[in-house]
Amino acid sequence: MIAREAAQGVRAGRVRAATRTAAAATRSWRRVRQLAYDVTGLAVAVVMLFPIYWMVATAFKPGVDILRLEPKWFPNPITFQNFQDAIERPFFLDDVRNSLVIVGVMLVLALLIAFLAAVATARFGFKGRNAYLVMIIGVQMVPLNALIIPLYLMLDRVGQTDALAGVIAVYLAVVLPFMVWTLRGFVANIPAELEESAMIDGCTRVGAFFRITFPLVGPGLVATAIFGFIQAWNEYIVAYVLLSSPNNQTLTVWLASFTTNHGPQWGPLMAAATLTGLPVVAFFLVLQRYLAGGLTAGAVKG
Amino acid sequence: MDMAIAPPDLEPASTRPGLFRTRLLPYALVIPSVAVIGGILAFPLGMLIWLSLQHYGLRELIQHQGDWVGLGNYGAILVDPLFHQVIVRTLLFTFACVALTVVLSTLVALLLQRVSRVVRVIVMSSLVFVWATPVIVSVDIWQWMFDYEFGIINYLLTQLHVGNFIHHNWFDNPLQGWSVLVVVVVWGAIPFVTITVFAGLLQVPSDLVDAAQVDGAGPWQSFRYVTAPMLKPIFLIVICLSTIWDFGVFNQPYVLLNQRPSADYYTIAIYSYRESFGVTQYGLGASIAVLMVIVLVIVTLFYVRETLKLAEIQ
Repeated sequence: MIAREAAQGVRAGRVRAATRTAAAATRSWRRVRQLAYDVTGLAVAVVMLFPIYWMVATAFKPGVDILRLEPKWFPNPITFQNFQDAIERPFFLDDVRNSLVIVGVMLVLALLIAFLAAVATARFGFKGRNAYLVMIIGVQMVPLNALIIPLYLMLDRVGQTDALAGVIAVYLAVVLPFMVWTLRGFVANIPAELEESAMIDGCTRVGAFFRITFPLVGPGLVATAIFGFIQAWNEYIVAYVLLSSPNNQTLTVWLASFTTNHGPQWGPLMAAATLTGLPVVAFFLVLQRYLAGGLTAGAVKG
Repeated sequence: MDMAIAPPDLEPASTRPGLFRTRLLPYALVIPSVAVIGGILAFPLGMLIWLSLQHYGLRELIQHQGDWVGLGNYGAILVDPLFHQVIVRTLLFTFACVALTVVLSTLVALLLQRVSRVVRVIVMSSLVFVWATPVIVSVDIWQWMFDYEFGIINYLLTQLHVGNFIHHNWFDNPLQGWSVLVVVVVWGAIPFVTITVFAGLLQVPSDLVDAAQVDGAGPWQSFRYVTAPMLKPIFLIVICLSTIWDFGVFNQPYVLLNQRPSADYYTIAIYSYRESFGVTQYGLGASIAVLMVIVLVIVTLFYVRETLKLAEIQ
């Protein structure tokens, strides 16, 4: 009796111990697996970021440290000479101004026009609404590169090549379809009942719209503005074809012509590249929350 | 008495102007965007086709008057051996880029699901950084990294004993040069696709995957038969967009080869650009652009049809 109980107790103890070691093994195996995943993840981040790091590191290195067969992994000593060289290049400030003017004017116009169209398609049912939406989606399929020739000839005929207005018009048309589509999602997400109840409380239709709908669409406007900013700031070929004189060009055209005109001077080139990328990265990092949420909101809700 | 008359009087008076306004208002709101998109995208598309049927050179540009040649430009292009080369090369390049982008991005997205929170934030931030980098900036960076004399890639490959890459010029051999271009394009494309696929993965219910694993499915099987089918709409969109972008690629080869690419480095977009603005044969260039759109439509038609099919099911 006692012996049997003791035997049972021993057996149960063994089983418990076995499960315990098995659980410990699973746990430690899981920990190893988690570690492997994390290390791989960090490796991915390093591979993705390295080119950007290398640009910034090169930009801060003095010339002798750049042209070395055995590269220096960290900029030491640090110099700002490359940035000074880049900024003092002819037309840098002109082209920064051009880029800002083009992006700024284009964004204001695009947000206004896209917002009106978004309200129309989200709030009103009208004949031709579906045709309009199909056009908005279909037009995004047309590759811009294919339209360069007629765009050039068309703007040439009205004397708008080598003028910022022509480029603004083209960028406007390029970003509009996406902006209308995304903003439409945002406006559709705001219940029309909110406006109606404001009207019952004595607001006019326009008043209800500006007091209720407009503030709620704010994040959507930010998201589409980021999109438009990045598209226009980064665009190259249209500006390259349309803007011929160096004081009329944009920053990307200036950057691309860096090597051809002066031979590869890597230090100033990397400094210039850093300066060109900086506004976009800053814009993006500050507002990316809106972007991620905004894109999905626009795409998912109808 | 008054009360009885008042309502019918009031009703039309208050709704008719409102009705009139709401009927025209949406059109007024839509017109600016229609004008811009129609004038600057749709009209040039028509003009492109019209232009492709003309002989339109420098003289015609000055006179604003082309010579009608019918399908002559297309005849000239379609028998041009360079065109065949360029189109096959662009298609191969597109295929390589899209396949690599989608496979690598999916792997990274699956990895993102499994890493710890801190690592996820780090990887996501690195993707956002790359995403925000302008294409021209990234081309300059890669040009520097692949520099034949002081480039870090040659140094690393030599150090890792992959071979002797000292003073190795990657662009002497077009196959190697195109490999570099694939790296540049895929690196830039991974963030968008990864983040999109990752967002899709978050919508796959985890109990479905768990159930599959309880039923004995391995990691590959549960991806192949549970996760992948649910991600199909996202894959279709991503593949379709990537195909459109990669097939029309211009900036990367053009700027990486110092704005003077040899014929070995023509993509269809560069070829069209060269014919129009390099040798001022706008008609010929336009016909190449039209053929480019046609090939693109054929390639993407499949994806669009599949997407529509999915939409009908739901």
